[in-house]
Amino acid sequence: MVLLLALAVTFLPVASHAAPLRWASDAEANVPFVFHDPADQSRLTGYEYEIAQAIARRLGRQTQFVQNDWDGLIPGLQRGLYDMVIDGIEITPEHEQGVLFSRPYYMTTERITVRRDQQGLDTLAALHGHVVGTLKDTTAERMLQADPSIRIRSYEEETNAYTDLKNGRLDAVLLDGTIALYYGSPDPDLKLVGAPIGQVAYGVAFAQGNSVLRDQVNAALDGMMRDGELHRILARWKLWTPAMAALTGDASTPEIAPDAWDHYRAATAPTAGWRARFDRYVSFLPLLLHGALLTFAVSACAMVLAVGLGLALALMRRYGPRWLGALATLYVEIVRGTPLLIQILFIFYALPGIGLRLSPFVAGVLALGMNYAAYEAENYRAGLQSVARGQIEAAIALNMTHFQALRFVVVPQAVRMVIPVMTNDFISLLKDSSLVSVITLTELSQTYVRLSSTYYDYFGTGLLIGVAYLLLGLPFVRLARMAEARFHTGRQRQGHI
Amino acid sequence: MRADQVRKIFDGYAVLRGISLDVARGELISIIGPSGCGKSTFLRCLNFLEIPDSGTVDIAGVTITRTGGRWTRQEEDAAHRLRAHVGMVFQSFNLFPHRTVLDNVMLAPVRVKRMPADEARAEALALLDKVGLSAMATRYPDTLSGGQQQRAAIARALAMRPDVMLYDEPTSALDPELAEEVLSVMRTLDNEGMTQLVVTHDMRFARAASDRVVFMDGGEIVEADDPDRLFVAPEDPRTRRFLRSVL
Repeated sequence: MVLLLALAVTFLPVASHAAPLRWASDAEANVPFVFHDPADQSRLTGYEYEIAQAIARRLGRQTQFVQNDWDGLIPGLQRGLYDMVIDGIEITPEHEQGVLFSRPYYMTTERITVRRDQQGLDTLAALHGHVVGTLKDTTAERMLQADPSIRIRSYEEETNAYTDLKNGRLDAVLLDGTIALYYGSPDPDLKLVGAPIGQVAYGVAFAQGNSVLRDQVNAALDGMMRDGELHRILARWKLWTPAMAALTGDASTPEIAPDAWDHYRAATAPTAGWRARFDRYVSFLPLLLHGALLTFAVSACAMVLAVGLGLALALMRRYGPRWLGALATLYVEIVRGTPLLIQILFIFYALPGIGLRLSPFVAGVLALGMNYAAYEAENYRAGLQSVARGQIEAAIALNMTHFQALRFVVVPQAVRMVIPVMTNDFISLLKDSSLVSVITLTELSQTYVRLSSTYYDYFGTGLLIGVAYLLLGLPFVRLARMAEARFHTGRQRQGHI
Repeated sequence: MRADQVRKIFDGYAVLRGISLDVARGELISIIGPSGCGKSTFLRCLNFLEIPDSGTVDIAGVTITRTGGRWTRQEEDAAHRLRAHVGMVFQSFNLFPHRTVLDNVMLAPVRVKRMPADEARAEALALLDKVGLSAMATRYPDTLSGGQQQRAAIARALAMRPDVMLYDEPTSALDPELAEEVLSVMRTLDNEGMTQLVVTHDMRFARAASDRVVFMDGGEIVEADDPDRLFVAPEDPRTRRFLRSVL
């Protein structure tokens, strides 16, 4: 329990008056923007990571990185979880309605990627009638939507788009030049074709009204463009383009080795031999352990909440006054009737609107616990009903109060009865805890997404994660067996009556 | 102990039509009568497991008078005081299956009377010894025979040191030889001066052990008398008919 509390405290946001620059990005498989260095998973890297560091340096501030899901980046900004977002966010009129943008710090174009043997699909017009992959809610997606005959597959992760292209599920992928360079071009099975299409500008996003920080960041970007720091960063990542030269008015061509690109290519080169593969898996272990610990902490805390609240709900429904019972019934029906994912997002992003700010950990525990409480309540209600009426009468006749009768006689028997069902629920809660990844918690499943998409290795990493889940669930499986065995003998023993 | 004009109506049907009964300290009274005559309901009204609609119950100085209306908080408090003087034994024993026999006996003294656990354990063991269950203290109820379970239930009720013991068909679920174990415990208690009310179908016991026998029919007391008189020469024809059918 002390361990759990310590964990809970660890995941609470730190309120500091030194005020580091809190910036967010989705570092899960987000090459080359912000990602975990494949050679050292504990280190963040990426050209936008370097830009963020450079900006902070120029503002004379420390940085604090906040990991968030792509879909949660803008809501988190509006919620005040962090000061700004840098994640290749395109400056579009639609986006400008929700956030404030800095001046563009990067310009790129859309590129078509196809399989090596593919011919002819090298213009937007040529994609007519084909199956084309892209990322959702991007300029590329909108370009494809202009031709209704194109069957669009919109992905969350760029790796999945390129993997599906290789597997033949797609005919082509249309995505930003940055992404195509890092995901499409290195792959021997794929090739970039045709001329660059259109233009995309990335900007730093701020909450509406935060023009003070926006102006400071603009000034910093100006400086980086003038003194060549931005040029150096981009060149190291092999991302300096004519469009950038036009944007910055910097036509120089200094000799800058693309060492960041080289480092990435070397680290992700297909590993030869089982030995290298094994070493890589061993290097995953600290991340796996961290993810497993978080999964366990969230699940365990949620279970405690689910059991307590569930029991209270069941007692309210069975023994409480009518109005309280109705309230409990309403709760159970609402919670069971809506998706858990919505509940998690609602608690984390909507409740601050009424002044209730919860840390991701607390929000995750609350959402999972309150959800499972509804199911537990139904179990306990069945359990309570199965305790014979004579038990309460005997307790009352012994001069117990109703509360004492429930506490010492009825509830312990009901709980015993529902333990097998309960352990099943707990195992499924353990797995459902993966949903809290949508509110910035990097638990076990999210660790899988990150590792597998970084190395294009869904198989081996998947097995590792599977084993981790099994190990976490094992104590509950054992508990269920024991409870079942006990329940069984209890039944057989009743033969005397 | 005194009951006066106790009435109870279930769904518009009068189960108890004004029962009055005075019980002297140390008396053993058997209540007999056909099924559905209201004898169990009457017994349960005495410790307010059933709430009578009207009438008075007075046990060991605690008096509760009902004149219809809702069962109030104050009345429940009074019932709580009254139950401190009353022990009850049920037809189906109703031992707590998740606790050992010893824990069954100790539970109420520790939780209700806040008796120190050591003291409660010593008393519980003495009571189990008295009902012949010393060897069963650490067993769970469902490993005991019916007769043993019912004796444990008696020990459990006695642990609260009641002035009156109520038995609701204590031997109906038991084979005759197991029933005898239970009845002998009740005889022992009678010899020690315990006041006991027994709803029973066991006419032999009612006749041999009771100080008085009450015959109920149709929600009324038809006849209450010395067992020898009531069994040999009942005054009311209904009593005669009933006794003919069961003896």
